[in-house]
Amino acid sequence: MWDYTDKVKDHFYHPRNVGQIEKPDGVGEEGSLACGDSLRLMFKLDKNGRIAEARFQTFGCGSAIASASALTEMIIGKTLEEAEKITNQDIADYLGGLPVEKMHCSVMGREALEAAIANSRGEDVEALRARKGHVVCECFGVTDNEIVRVIKENHLKTVEEVTNFTKAGGGCRRCHPQIENLIAGVIGIEQKQEAAQPPGKKMSNIQKIKLIEETLENEIKPMLRADGGDIELIDIEGDRVMVALRGMCSSCPSSQLTLKQYVESKLREFVSEDIIVEEAKP
Amino acid sequence: MTIRAVYADNNATTRVAAEVLEAMLPFFKEQFGNPSSMHYLAKPAEQAITKAREQVACLLYADPSEIVFTSCGTESDNAAIRGVLSALPHKKHIITTRVEHPAVRNVCQYLGKNGYRVTELSVDKMGQIDLDELRETLDDDTALVSIMWANNETGVIFPVREIADMVKSRGALLHCDAVQAAGKLPIDLRVVNVDLLSISGHKLHAPKGIGVLYIRKGTYFSPLMIGGHQEKGRRAGTENVPYIVGLGKACELAFEHMEEEQTRVKALRDRLEKELLEKALDASVNGDPANRLPNTTSISFKYIEGEAILLMLSAEGIAASSGSACTSGSLEPSHVLRAMGVPFTRVHGSIRFSLSRYNSDEDITYIVEKMVPTARRLREISPFGRDELYAAK
Repeated sequence: MWDYTDKVKDHFYHPRNVGQIEKPDGVGEEGSLACGDSLRLMFKLDKNGRIAEARFQTFGCGSAIASASALTEMIIGKTLEEAEKITNQDIADYLGGLPVEKMHCSVMGREALEAAIANSRGEDVEALRARKGHVVCECFGVTDNEIVRVIKENHLKTVEEVTNFTKAGGGCRRCHPQIENLIAGVIGIEQKQEAAQPPGKKMSNIQKIKLIEETLENEIKPMLRADGGDIELIDIEGDRVMVALRGMCSSCPSSQLTLKQYVESKLREFVSEDIIVEEAKP
Repeated sequence: MTIRAVYADNNATTRVAAEVLEAMLPFFKEQFGNPSSMHYLAKPAEQAITKAREQVACLLYADPSEIVFTSCGTESDNAAIRGVLSALPHKKHIITTRVEHPAVRNVCQYLGKNGYRVTELSVDKMGQIDLDELRETLDDDTALVSIMWANNETGVIFPVREIADMVKSRGALLHCDAVQAAGKLPIDLRVVNVDLLSISGHKLHAPKGIGVLYIRKGTYFSPLMIGGHQEKGRRAGTENVPYIVGLGKACELAFEHMEEEQTRVKALRDRLEKELLEKALDASVNGDPANRLPNTTSISFKYIEGEAILLMLSAEGIAASSGSACTSGSLEPSHVLRAMGVPFTRVHGSIRFSLSRYNSDEDITYIVEKMVPTARRLREISPFGRDELYAAK
């Protein structure tokens, strides 16, 4: 059972400012249903440019609802410049603290606010998303810039802490090495970056893993999903790529054929001629 | 208005039956002896254990000599899996399923990293395994198959009798985690040919801290706990006399109430399910309705999140559980529902109600009365799908 403060409970059981605003001046959305939580934040400005009204809708747990409710109270009366300065830690502090595993709820609040402010200024939300960087954690759609910002603001030192704040790394764990690199980058430790390989030469392991992931994601998964199946990357050891078939694929008698012919040929085409695909034994 | 307390989380743990507590008390007080001693206090303790062993054996249609007392279900699972493997060192293959309890799944995954080949059988969208897949997976190297009797989250029952016959015909051993099944379903080990079977006391109205491992006569087994001669050398450690007595009594009561479990408790579950599906809107049942524990229902409420539902219900005095990520502490939603291919939109809003013989008709009315507005309230807060949903009504 989570140890929620009375303030969190109060904002969960009696959320403030739930709902939508007609003709809002700014709307921001963050998270998604697949992630397990999602927030839509909107506000209206008065003639002096201060936030006169704020409303939210949340799909999520108790602390996600409480964080959004608290955020609406915090931004009402503020100018956009003032609101912009609110950090996720401010939201957590306003609630008297959040369990560490739930800090990502406050991060979601801050990000929805950021998106809503960009929206009210006529900035393209997609452009904002692009500025946020590339997705590191695919399970929860968290980008490198988001992770770096949270590491800096909260002085994080471990992957576990990053997961608690952003959810990044909390799913398949595949991005843990990348998160470690981001932490190392922020705290100024010289990374043992492999020198860029001259063209035509062998890829670094990180480059290869990324390319395999991308090929699976863009070339192979859509095809399998069309037949009600799915594939998960389990491990890579040199040129051996271990995958698990999910859904319809896992019980399909022709799965071995699917693996060998389709997945392997795609990976050979996009990554390397030497790739060998194997079904991972769970 | 006073808040009613409705406990509907019996697959997590159960209340200790009054009769069980009463049976235990003398063994904390005047009858505190160690059964291994050579004085007047030893005999009553030894006799009490013998009686408890018979009571447990009776529930399972087993021989008392096949009953070994342990400290919990997890210990029973560990002892079974590791005990068989160390007795059969030449075989290196284990088969289990994707929906096992962590007490089996994590043990197998650990062994998978330490020299064993582990196959996890998949399940279909009803949560059922495919016997053909099991048949194809069994080979001469297979030492052990570990499959649960009934799933803790969905209540789905596996065809253990057919599984046992198939596993035995290939010369492998079968361990069955029956922690959820014991006391809720008849278990007849005269006809179901499992070699080892785990039970946990606190799932059937005995206290936490006591379990049973059934080991069929003649089964290759090497003990996990090494020490004294207790339990015929199969589990060392001074017997936990009061808890063993309690578990014995609980098994006797479970045997007496088996009929009620299949009729009255099942009817309560069915009514709860039917009314929630009708009234809470956009709700669906997870699992195989035709092959389920009589007390369990896993229902997904779309567009809302499980932890939020549980907190709302808890404030009304209702205890249930959820497969949502936010209740797991790991940000990972239920591996059982995911293995079944339940979409994310439904996994996060899944709630398990698990009843017991202590639940009444009024409890069901109360749960429905509180759950329906809870779903509505949270959907009002949720940005997804609510307008279409309630506009249609």
